[in-house]
Amino acid sequence: MQQKKFSKYIIGGVVLLLLIIYGVTTNNSLIQKREKINLQWSEVQNTYQRRIDLIPNLVNVVKGISDFEQTTLENIAIARADAIKGLSAGNSDITPETYNNQKQLQDNLAGAANRIIINIEKYPTLKGTAAYAGLQTQLEGTERRIKIARKDFNEAVAVYNKKVRSFPSNLIAGIFGFKKKEGFQADAGNDKAVEIKFN
Amino acid sequence: MRRFLFILTLFFSFSASAQINEIISSPPKPQKLVNDYTNTLTPQQVQALETKLYQYDDSTSNQIVIVIVNSLEGYSIDDAAIELGRNWGVGNKKFNNGVVVFVAKSDRKLAIQVGYGLEGVITDLTTKSIRENTINPDFKAGNFYRGLDRGTDELIKAAEGRYSAPEGYHKKGKGISIWNIIFIIIILLLIFGGGAAGGGTYVSRGGYTGWSGGGSDWSGGGGSSSGGGFGGFGGGSFGGGGSSGSW
Repeated sequence: MQQKKFSKYIIGGVVLLLLIIYGVTTNNSLIQKREKINLQWSEVQNTYQRRIDLIPNLVNVVKGISDFEQTTLENIAIARADAIKGLSAGNSDITPETYNNQKQLQDNLAGAANRIIINIEKYPTLKGTAAYAGLQTQLEGTERRIKIARKDFNEAVAVYNKKVRSFPSNLIAGIFGFKKKEGFQADAGNDKAVEIKFN
Repeated sequence: MRRFLFILTLFFSFSASAQINEIISSPPKPQKLVNDYTNTLTPQQVQALETKLYQYDDSTSNQIVIVIVNSLEGYSIDDAAIELGRNWGVGNKKFNNGVVVFVAKSDRKLAIQVGYGLEGVITDLTTKSIRENTINPDFKAGNFYRGLDRGTDELIKAAEGRYSAPEGYHKKGKGISIWNIIFIIIILLLIFGGGAAGGGTYVSRGGYTGWSGGGSDWSGGGGSSSGGGFGGFGGGSFGGGGSSGSW
């Protein structure tokens, strides 16, 4: 009688211990996956910064031309200033708002850059310079990095969300307050971000 | 007859597209640094490049991989090179110090993709200049070996002093290469020893189909690996550094 009761406690204790171990490891894994999202986001920010840094070089290419459309230059200056502001706002926390806001600002900047590039194409003497060819390589590399960083970020969000949603890790996620990250995935499949493109 | 031909072309176009996917998604076994799927280079040339790149990996832990395919099958060459670099894990996990030199022969396109860790020394512009000034002239003349040899020399020069191999790196490489040799022996035993048995033939067939006529690649790989002793890829990642273009 006494022994039966005792073994009940042991079984109960083992089950409890296993549950605790499961809870702790799942919690750790969730923390890690959330951390990964942050890491990938800062990578996206880095690549955005890289784009912002290269824009003045693009503007410098056309500086010497007196009859260059002034509005395109004004537009890109505004778009760049906005993107810089957006970047520092996005550094603090990743919310769908900052994410989408960033994307919008970067799309505007890329669009403005594309208009300048289209104008540059009208001047064969500019287009043919080694400096312009070099800038093209740098911008293309930057666009490639942005694409990859955004893809990696979206993947990190997807991995995290899967863990938060799927049974039984969703129970642990609920206890420790991990919430599904929504609003990022909207354009993961068909990423419609504007790219700076050369012809 | 026409229908038969149609099915035949369909089959071949399918197996061809499966080939580049196959190449990108899984590294050859045994792993090697020079992977010519087109037989453009002679075995001696493959061996010479493999030895040079293996020794470079051995002393610096930087891994430069050369991949030559015939056609991109609609892939962008950048995507193909990055995906390959990531899937194969070129460079090591800690430094991400891999470089993929990707040649698409019939598309006349060349990409040099650089892992995160080497982006600082091998900049996009460096790869552009290496492509356009060193490699492209040789490729235009049809001299692929010379272009790749001099191109990789330039890459090595650009990355000079960035990393050196950690303690025990060489030993690790040697150890794995013994496993490679055992692996080759087992494969050879399966192929030759199993010729009489039904199961053995099945294995050898299964081994070949994925490569769609790449039988010679296998034997080339065996030769270069036992000579060079490359220790395998280290799980490096790529973020889009480098450049690409036509020659």
